[in-house]
Amino acid sequence: MALPIYASPLQTAWYYGFRFICAVIFFFLIFPIMVIIPLSFNAQDFFTFTPEMLAFKAEGYSTKHYQDFFTNSDWQNALRNSLRIAPMATLLSVSFGTLAAIGLSQSHVPFRRAIMAILISPMIVPLIISAASMYFFFSRIGLQGTYMGVVLAHAVLGVPFVIITVTATLVGFDKSLTRAAANMGAGPVRTFFKIQMPLILPGVISGGLFAFITSFDEVVVVLFVGSAGQKTLPWQMFTGLREQISPTILAVATILIVVSIMLLTTLELLRRRSERLRGMSPG
Amino acid sequence: MSNTETVLASDGSSLKQSLARSLRRQKIRALLLIAPLLLFVLLTFIAPIVDMLFRSVENSIVQETLPTTVVELASWDAESGNPPSEAVFEALARDLKVAVASKSHTRLGSRLNYEQTGVSSLFRQTGRQIKKLDLEATPSFKDAFEKMNKRWLEPEVWTVLQAFSGKYTDGYFLAAADLTRGADGIEVVPEDEKIYFKLFLRTLQMSMTITIMCILLGYPIAFLLATLPLRSSNMLMILVLLPFWTSLLVRTSAWKVLLQQQGVINDFLVWAHIVADDNRLELINNVTGTVIAMTHILLPFMILPLFSVMKTIPPTYMRAAKSMGANDFTAFRRVYFPQSIPGIGAGSILVFILSIGYYITPEIVGGTKGVFISNRIAYHISSSLNWGLGAALGAILLVVVLALYWMYDKFVGIDNVKLG
Repeated sequence: MALPIYASPLQTAWYYGFRFICAVIFFFLIFPIMVIIPLSFNAQDFFTFTPEMLAFKAEGYSTKHYQDFFTNSDWQNALRNSLRIAPMATLLSVSFGTLAAIGLSQSHVPFRRAIMAILISPMIVPLIISAASMYFFFSRIGLQGTYMGVVLAHAVLGVPFVIITVTATLVGFDKSLTRAAANMGAGPVRTFFKIQMPLILPGVISGGLFAFITSFDEVVVVLFVGSAGQKTLPWQMFTGLREQISPTILAVATILIVVSIMLLTTLELLRRRSERLRGMSPG
Repeated sequence: MSNTETVLASDGSSLKQSLARSLRRQKIRALLLIAPLLLFVLLTFIAPIVDMLFRSVENSIVQETLPTTVVELASWDAESGNPPSEAVFEALARDLKVAVASKSHTRLGSRLNYEQTGVSSLFRQTGRQIKKLDLEATPSFKDAFEKMNKRWLEPEVWTVLQAFSGKYTDGYFLAAADLTRGADGIEVVPEDEKIYFKLFLRTLQMSMTITIMCILLGYPIAFLLATLPLRSSNMLMILVLLPFWTSLLVRTSAWKVLLQQQGVINDFLVWAHIVADDNRLELINNVTGTVIAMTHILLPFMILPLFSVMKTIPPTYMRAAKSMGANDFTAFRRVYFPQSIPGIGAGSILVFILSIGYYITPEIVGGTKGVFISNRIAYHISSSLNWGLGAALGAILLVVVLALYWMYDKFVGIDNVKLG
């Protein structure tokens, strides 16, 4: 969309005006996230820039909020709980989800639409409704306030993401490859692990990342289904924001931003690899 | 010459049968692969939702706590204006004796208090006094109850008891729709008590505002990304995807930090002499705060579907329009924009569905004015403990969302959802 050489002054003005508008919107998107990073190094317990910080003096900055995060037992417990819950939930949703996605991508599946609607529903139903209904149901069967209950709830929330990403990878899957493998004497299990699995692996991993982040990031359901023993990192942040807002939250937020940048990079690399494997040009 | 008419498979059966068998086997295999997950989702997700829907009409507490009273009360005529017969009072005394022993009368009291205020304290007080009552040596139970509390002779309490003695009730749904069951049937509650209708309306209005804001901000970005060369659009895409991937709590806390009265935005405005120090803008704990923060959070959900639709519009169309004499604006309005409408539709429904059920962000930046129906549901479940009403509100919200989802599926197709 380069500006042509014959552009009228009005066109030129609009060209730059439009870019300026876009720049403002990009600023709106990215500024709130970026502003957290310098603020987390505040030497004071404030949520705004102190005069020392604006003057770039060394005494205006410190890592004390990070120290608090790494030494405070509340935060450490929360981190530990998050790391205990998310991988288990991811494992459950990825293993069930991949199998189901392979089933769904067969050519003749009865009730495909209905099944798809049920499997995607955890993504559509508002979280507060999922949380409330799981709270009611899990207290009836004694799962409310248990580690198992939270893991199951998070696993089911991650399922739609796994289904969507894995079926998307399977759309481009060349069925003749499995037929060729079978033709050469490989059994279904061997074909799956040797032929199908390596090819759909990027989709499975990115589905797994989505499921992981869903669980790692989830507050509403864990607030209701969990009890104090399952207090996760987002839960701790939520209480922090609602009650005594402490600057340690900003340090945690910065760490989470770094984690999400790493996740984003991984996903992008996976996407490129998947496209290369399937013989598409990158882009 | 039957050989030419029926083609045989290698095992000697007819090809048609053999194909049908293999097709059936294929179907079974597919279903077997899906079955574990389907079962898992049905048990841990669909069953709880059905349970919640059931809970929104379930009302066995009156029957369970006062079993004989309910039976005796059935024949009482509420229209008469007289208190019920002695038999009803006796049954109530016996039922309450049992209920007090298990302390379940206070639960019943708070349940009925949703329908009529004061019932809770009435049950509590009577519960304390009934312990002293000797069932065998009471000449008139009616007098005994009158002595405990005069309200037992008023028909109001009994009307409520009778109305809610059934196993199922529509009371929660009536309450959720700001209706109540008065003396002559269903009536609308007084204007100042109408909270849910207003709250639903506000939820819809705010979701609408957020959706429109997302269209206004998302359209230029998606347009830019779709028309730029691949290399630079990939770079700029990161700026959209980074917020998308950043934790919701991180983005919410960022807005809390930015929008506070002593926050970064107000500080900047004061520094730039745009607002006076003693007249800082109120950007948080109101509707403004919720709309700003949620627009930011949901904007990627608008940009991504818009972008994927715009990517498919060939740039040659615009050039063709211009070559035929349209100016830039006309070419955009008549050629480009109509083709991008499916993207706007997809993005809007997605943003609307997501925003209508939001809980966390309004809870933190919304104060009391900027909250959604979800916050009220959470309040009923964790604070007021009126689970039935919470479930009824949830059921209504669920119906709205499912209707929108159905629309989304019809226009966009759930298979076409793309992530990242």
